[in-house]
Amino acid sequence: MAAVPESSAGAAPEARGFRAWLNKRMPVDAFVAEQLTGYYAPKNFNIWYFFGSLALLVFVMQILTGIFLTMHYKPGEMIAFDSVEYIMREVEWGWLIRYLHSTGASFFFIVVYLHMFRALMYGSYRAPRELLWLLGMALYLALMAEAFMGYVLPWGNMSYWGAQVIVNLFGTIPVIGPGLVEWIRGDYGIADATLNRFFALHVIAVPFAIALLVVLHLVALRQTGSNNPDGIEIKKNLGADGKPVDGIPFHPYYTVKDILGVGVFLMIFCAVVFFVPTFGGLFLEKPNFEPANPLSTPEHIAPVWYFTAFYAMLRAVPDQQMGALIMLLSIVVLFFLPWLDRSPVKSIRYKGMLSKIALTLFVITFIALSYLGLQPADGVYVLLARIFTVLYFAFFLLMPWYTRAEKTKPVPQRVTYHA
Amino acid sequence: MSDDVINPQDVDLSRRKFLIAATTATGAVGAVFAAVPFVASWKPSERARAMGAPTEIDLSKLEPGQMVVSSWRRQPIYVVHRTPEMVAALTKNDSQLKDPQSKDSDQPEYAKNEARSVKPEFLVIYAACTHLGCLPKQHFNPGDPVVGADWPGGFFCPCHGSKFDLAGRVFSGSPASTNLRVPPHSFQQQLLVIGVDESAAAVAARVEPASLSSNDPRGVA
Repeated sequence: MAAVPESSAGAAPEARGFRAWLNKRMPVDAFVAEQLTGYYAPKNFNIWYFFGSLALLVFVMQILTGIFLTMHYKPGEMIAFDSVEYIMREVEWGWLIRYLHSTGASFFFIVVYLHMFRALMYGSYRAPRELLWLLGMALYLALMAEAFMGYVLPWGNMSYWGAQVIVNLFGTIPVIGPGLVEWIRGDYGIADATLNRFFALHVIAVPFAIALLVVLHLVALRQTGSNNPDGIEIKKNLGADGKPVDGIPFHPYYTVKDILGVGVFLMIFCAVVFFVPTFGGLFLEKPNFEPANPLSTPEHIAPVWYFTAFYAMLRAVPDQQMGALIMLLSIVVLFFLPWLDRSPVKSIRYKGMLSKIALTLFVITFIALSYLGLQPADGVYVLLARIFTVLYFAFFLLMPWYTRAEKTKPVPQRVTYHA
Repeated sequence: MSDDVINPQDVDLSRRKFLIAATTATGAVGAVFAAVPFVASWKPSERARAMGAPTEIDLSKLEPGQMVVSSWRRQPIYVVHRTPEMVAALTKNDSQLKDPQSKDSDQPEYAKNEARSVKPEFLVIYAACTHLGCLPKQHFNPGDPVVGADWPGGFFCPCHGSKFDLAGRVFSGSPASTNLRVPPHSFQQQLLVIGVDESAAAVAARVEPASLSSNDPRGVA
């Protein structure tokens, strides 16, 4: 059996040399011992547990490629579009840096959606991890703001009209709405001032907030420990050494596992970057290859794919204020998830048939809404969007009943583990 | 001189509590005042406001049935020269409209009428859809196949499918809830001035006719 690396923190005071000097001034070894080699994670993690570390990877990649893009990009309504074309055509490797960034945005949402689905499946939002879920939801909101403002920067026609539609959503707020919209734009329409402030928020303010939230998310995770596919608290079953019998040190076991995930992820990511960076108009929309034109709306306005589920719900309601409210509630309801689930068990493995059907329907609903948000808003598409909007909310609002009504399976004492 | 040791019982806790609360409150007020310049910096700048000066359009070249797209304060404005038939047909739409009398819609008082205009033949509206700001397209021909056989003629928004008649009034079943907005506007013979109210224009004309030339950019500076 592989020996667990001995914590070197205890040996540090007697040691000599640079490491001892360092540890006397900054607790480097103690931090590693506490947070990595001494942090025990359940041993039954499966493929769904790759996406947290992958989200962190994409965040770092976005920061790096973003820094290099700001060296060539120029905000401003007269020059923004041209500077992006300049990056694509004339800056050495500029096309690669930009495609890494634009593809990174879509992959950020792919891994975050899979990460959130994992939490839905295994009840990772349940007590004692409610705060972890709330911090994760705050991260999701910040990511949405970041993605939206980043999408405006190339100042293509879809950037412009997307900004118009989203900013006008604030105009539906009673009384303060119109004034608020003017304040957000800094002009009487989407203009230079809007583009410049979105640039500032996109490159400094929101990434800074995301970084802070990531730290808080990880601190909260370290406090409660990870959930696992069985939804069992491994801390309740400690061995003679005081460590969970069903846990293994995060480092080296899960660091190595995550590196494998990174390898596979990068293969898929690079294939998209090099062969299909626009992904058929899904990752980079066609109307955005045309400069912003305040006098011409694109034939059909749709946000990038990761927002289309919410956009479909907005359009499904034949009233402006109600539509915006439904869209807002569709995100707000996610925050209440920890208190809506009343099942005696956490994981879908031990929940009853009702929960399984509900979760399957929810996945179908989310994909269907995402598809409908990309389609024109007429005829059968609107009808379908209305049906799926009802299903979307039913998943959450009926949860307190169907999770209690069903018969659950007994939860094992130890995690299910095949090695 | 032996003040180094303080007996905990001698500490006036209520006094301390009051001082902490007072300091926190003062600090909070200060923080709010300090935030004012930063929050206010997001408002339209002097330059943006100056660029929002009135727009003038010569209507003598706009034939009946035609539309021009202008802009005022960065917002596209549709100016339609309606034919007498178009104006006459407006009343027929009333039963299919959400707000035929424009009670819940946004327009100057002088445009709060059936044709939503000062002169019935000229419709002046913000192009931005009252739903989410897309630009409804002109489909003036009744029965336009893009919109439908029973289409009486008007504007159709391709983004979310809102329909408006030739007075910019929204049809029932549209996601938009209110009629297209009417900007302040007035007429000086064949000149349409967007951004100056009817009454204001009348006052300006009576008091000092020459001041109207202040719409000239040189005059603004």
